[in-house]
Amino acid sequence: MGLRKPPLYDVHADAGATFTEFGGWDMPVEYDSIKAEHAAVRESVGIFDVSHMSEIEVSGPDATALMQRLTTNDVTALEPGDSQYSAIVNDEGVIVDDTVVYRLPDRDERVYLFVPNAGHDEEMYDRWTSFRDDWDLDATVEDVTEDWAMFAVQGPDALDSVTDAAPDAALGDLSKFQATFADVAGVECWVARTGYTGEDGFELLCPWADAETVWAALEATPCGLGSRDTLRLEMGYLLSGQDFDPETEPRTPYEAGIGFVVDLDTEFVGRDALERRREAGVEETFVGFALLDRGVPRHGYDIANSDGEVIGVVTSGTMSPTLSEPIGLGYVPVEYADDETEVSVLVRGREKRAVIVTPPFIN
Amino acid sequence: MFEIPDDRKYLESHEWTTTEGDAVKIGISDFAQDELGDVVFVELPAEGDELAAGEEFGVVESIKAVSDLYAPISGTVTAVNEELFDAPELLNDDPYGDGWMLAVEPADTSEFDDLLSPEEYREQTE
Repeated sequence: MGLRKPPLYDVHADAGATFTEFGGWDMPVEYDSIKAEHAAVRESVGIFDVSHMSEIEVSGPDATALMQRLTTNDVTALEPGDSQYSAIVNDEGVIVDDTVVYRLPDRDERVYLFVPNAGHDEEMYDRWTSFRDDWDLDATVEDVTEDWAMFAVQGPDALDSVTDAAPDAALGDLSKFQATFADVAGVECWVARTGYTGEDGFELLCPWADAETVWAALEATPCGLGSRDTLRLEMGYLLSGQDFDPETEPRTPYEAGIGFVVDLDTEFVGRDALERRREAGVEETFVGFALLDRGVPRHGYDIANSDGEVIGVVTSGTMSPTLSEPIGLGYVPVEYADDETEVSVLVRGREKRAVIVTPPFIN
Repeated sequence: MFEIPDDRKYLESHEWTTTEGDAVKIGISDFAQDELGDVVFVELPAEGDELAAGEEFGVVESIKAVSDLYAPISGTVTAVNEELFDAPELLNDDPYGDGWMLAVEPADTSEFDDLLSPEEYREQTE
């Protein structure tokens, strides 16, 4: 089967983008320079096409019950227009995916839209519908991934950019993780003050067919997913399939540093396992590190202690474009997790000195 | 589309050589730097090290990729462009000039015959 393409594939190609595969989608990785695109987001504003992200809508009388039982956070805390970061775990409490759950304005009943990672739409649709049927809940689950294009406008000037395109909406009044429907260049979009870069910004969902109109209305530097990765890495944000993965990097939210999305006062799949894990305490935990020697840490490299004993693995690494220093993320035993602990990273088999740093790496 | 100067020879793996007096300079091509994207790290041998034609002699890393460097010819390293350690972006900005990597005293000049001419390399990158 060929790769899926975002609605603006040709627009990106015409703008000189190079493409690569992300979760089964052929997506722009950079237009001209990852460093320049990274800097645009840190210093002014950039726009990403993130239409490869999945979208699942859940509605009906039991929508809340279904969402509550399949995500770790407390969805009953959401008012219309609110959103929350959450995790989806299996029976063992291992993260299957992370997601943002939006509560849309009520129609006849509570309606949720959640955004699993790229390529997870079918798996999540199956998970939601099979649990719904097993529990005999009255909820409608729709995979709307290819109904919605999704763009992220990120950076200190993001508010100006979206306000220019949507002058009638008071988007500046939205606090972080709040969202609203807004008219952007005549297209009704779901606009949320969320993002994955550490900067102020907005994520917009617009109808697939109107993607070009909305994209053209948002004045910002086009950025590929290469800079999205360096930006999120500087913040220490998790990347699905790399920093956690039920097959290759099975981790609980406590190990992955997102225990704050687990509400044990709610009933959800994996809750009891997570309660046991929390009581037992974690043996390994997610950390950041900075390389002190020259080199670039990469996914899969070993982390060693000062005796040269391998204690962990790098899950993400890069040369930070902001700091011009090599940084990375990975898992180590908790006794090595304190800031300034000296470790080493085996860069193509050669030991490079490193020091543990709690992310974010930038202020 | 990519600059391929006529005054040098090339390897299929995108390194170039050019002769300057007794020394042979080595670097990577415009095509290679463009494929790599923003170069952020370069690892090179030291002065006095020996290169063997076709063997790895270093590494160049961009934000998105790691690439081994291969020696176009055998010889002894007589100079290293240490500016690249602090400013690896020179490889993007000026791959045939300030982005040179090594100067080498060749061991066997007949090895030049095995390298690609500019025309042959141009065909490869088209």
